[in-house]
Amino acid sequence: MAKLRQCAIYGKGGIGKSTTTQNLVAALAESGKKVMIVGCDPKADSTRLILHSKAQTTVMHLAAEAGSVEDLELEDVLSVGFGGVKCVESGGPEPGVGCAGRGVITAINFLEEEGAYDEDLDFVFYDVLGDVVCGGFAMPIRENKAQEIYIVCSGEMMAMYAANNIAKGIVKYANSGGVRLAGLICNSRNTDREDELIMALASRLGTTMIHFVPRNNVVQHAEIRRMTCVEYDPAHKQSDEYRALASKIVNNTNFVIPTPVEMEELEELLMEFGIMEAEDESIVGKTAAELAA
Amino acid sequence: MAALTREESAALIAEVLEVYPEKAKKDRAKHLMVNDTTLESSKKCITSNRKSLPGVMTMRGCAYAGSKGVVWGPIKDIISISHGPIGCGQYARAGRRNYYVGTTGADAFCEMNFTSDFQERDIVFGGDKKLAKLIEEIEILFPLNKGISVQSECPIGLIGDDIEAVSKKAAAQIGKPVVPVRCEGFRGVSQSLGHHIANDSVRDWILSNRDGQAFETTPYDVAILGDYNIGGDAWASRILLEEMGLRVVAQWSGDGTLAEMENTPNVKLNLLHCYRSMNYISRHMEEKYGIPWMEYNFFGPTKIKESLRKIASFFDDKIKAGAEAVIEKYTPMMDEVIAKYKPRLEGKKVMLYVGGLRPRHVVGAYEDLGMEVVGTGYEFAHNDDYDRTIKEMGDATLIYDDVTGYEFEEFVKACKPDLIGSGIKEKYVFHKMGIPFRQLHSWDYSGPYHGCDGFAIFAKDMDLTLNNPCWNMMKAPWDKAAVAAEQKAA
Repeated sequence: MAKLRQCAIYGKGGIGKSTTTQNLVAALAESGKKVMIVGCDPKADSTRLILHSKAQTTVMHLAAEAGSVEDLELEDVLSVGFGGVKCVESGGPEPGVGCAGRGVITAINFLEEEGAYDEDLDFVFYDVLGDVVCGGFAMPIRENKAQEIYIVCSGEMMAMYAANNIAKGIVKYANSGGVRLAGLICNSRNTDREDELIMALASRLGTTMIHFVPRNNVVQHAEIRRMTCVEYDPAHKQSDEYRALASKIVNNTNFVIPTPVEMEELEELLMEFGIMEAEDESIVGKTAAELAA
Repeated sequence: MAALTREESAALIAEVLEVYPEKAKKDRAKHLMVNDTTLESSKKCITSNRKSLPGVMTMRGCAYAGSKGVVWGPIKDIISISHGPIGCGQYARAGRRNYYVGTTGADAFCEMNFTSDFQERDIVFGGDKKLAKLIEEIEILFPLNKGISVQSECPIGLIGDDIEAVSKKAAAQIGKPVVPVRCEGFRGVSQSLGHHIANDSVRDWILSNRDGQAFETTPYDVAILGDYNIGGDAWASRILLEEMGLRVVAQWSGDGTLAEMENTPNVKLNLLHCYRSMNYISRHMEEKYGIPWMEYNFFGPTKIKESLRKIASFFDDKIKAGAEAVIEKYTPMMDEVIAKYKPRLEGKKVMLYVGGLRPRHVVGAYEDLGMEVVGTGYEFAHNDDYDRTIKEMGDATLIYDDVTGYEFEEFVKACKPDLIGSGIKEKYVFHKMGIPFRQLHSWDYSGPYHGCDGFAIFAKDMDLTLNNPCWNMMKAPWDKAAVAAEQKAA
């Protein structure tokens, strides 16, 4: 058995982390890899395409029902879906109450204690909430957990800001543990020169754009059916894109401590690609009426 | 042996500080001083109310301890919920010996532990629903409660539970005050901030509840603030006030009730015993209701006399005469106590390290017995406490703030006190050193020590402790023989 590789997927909220992860995992499973997905987001939508379900019952909800997490068994929380992919959702509270971060910590600790990772697995993917707002959402990249981080981004300003911020977070944990940035996955939004831009950003961060996933409506068609594109239409060229991504990840050896850039540098890059205009200092703090005058 | 001179005290502090690394030395030096009775302000000599250094043994509590344990806990007809995991409430339960009259579990609740007993799921999903349910259950099981307070433990502040919203809703449902208190333990450097937070919550949710309602007043209405009735202290104090002709409307908060607190804005004078924990609400009442407040001290006959006369000075001749009559009545009794115990205690040296009031307030009582306090210090005082301490302590005595275990031990070794008054953590260290010790937080399961009745007990307890034959038996007989032989040989 090859050594288990633990990977975490981060990226700005709404960028397509969960969809990309599940399609990627489906492609890995198709090629015979044993994979587990751990959803680390209270929304619990990291496994629905693999399981064809609305939302998997989560570790935290089961624990709340049973009394405590100690009352649960691994099989209570683990579901198996397409291609034998094992699925777990950490779960958490409704927006605005409690502590979602603690939910992630509790769930991951539970999985470790119950030996979820000791099985004959090749890959574990953590699909993590968009922003690393507190220690709980950094849990998947702490020591002895995910060693490879993939950041999903696109050629938009906020997605790139987020990618840079995530890289900053990785630096902190890279110095204390073994976590490394393994690449950017560009989930295309069809913006101009998107691939060049993400490649430029990747090189500034000290990594590469591991794959450019083009935009294709078939992904949405599959999603409506709660399926991955790889399962819904295996012959489609989009499925081949995910297979290409999967094989690049399998063969990836380019793991680095990222070199996040300063805000000015990032803005220069955005300006260079025409995404951002040069700041006009003369209009800062002026109301519409003042500008009209 | 006489107390240390100014030079000796300064040298002792320097010597004790010597073992610290430079940074710690510099920091700790600011918290130690040699008393100078000519000073008016402690500002230049001592720093207080700062974060304790990591690695030192500190005797401090937390904001929750200050709010739940000190201010809110002793209100007997209010149920204070320890909101969070179970330990905070359970290990602080009934430890302070705030006596009260009532039937525990029916109309009084101080000794009970009410807690939301947080589990992992309550952290993750929030505890608001559980809190609402808990209040509902309390109302069914303990219908004679007059109100509820929600004492936040640390997690509440971390997960952002909206205890204010739950409290408001619950208060409307049960028709009683439900008070959210944001006294999370990580706030502030000691229990002191908890006192302040608790005072503010009383101000915001309790104090003005009966404004505008009829209340039959007399010209002699007073409230006792900051007497927590430890071992019955407030009762022993109340007797004196009532005998001099005053009407005690409220006791805050030892053996106190919600109604008493709500009626306090009607009093003529607030009498403040523990300044540290209740000065905030006293100042507020002065500002809002124009009620003057004064600090008093009911430890030992000298201070009692002083205080009675000072209290009387706020009132008419009837009360002034009443104060004199009280003094006259109790003086023979006090003299008798002194005649009995002073010969057994005279000249003995005492070192103190207590909370926010006693390090200065008990000095007079020891002096009445012919004893001398050679060192004193506070766990969580502010500089206004030290300002007040300078005048109570003898010149060139040691004053220490948030003292470390090491510093305290070294000071004791050098000053060789005959008696130490401090807390439970210090007790056994000094017992093992063979030094008589009294626990001055809970009165060592004795008390009351306030008032004239209390002074008799105080004197007896000090004698029992200090002159206990056990202290001569600290050495095994064979060790004693060896020592004697050595001395003979020398």
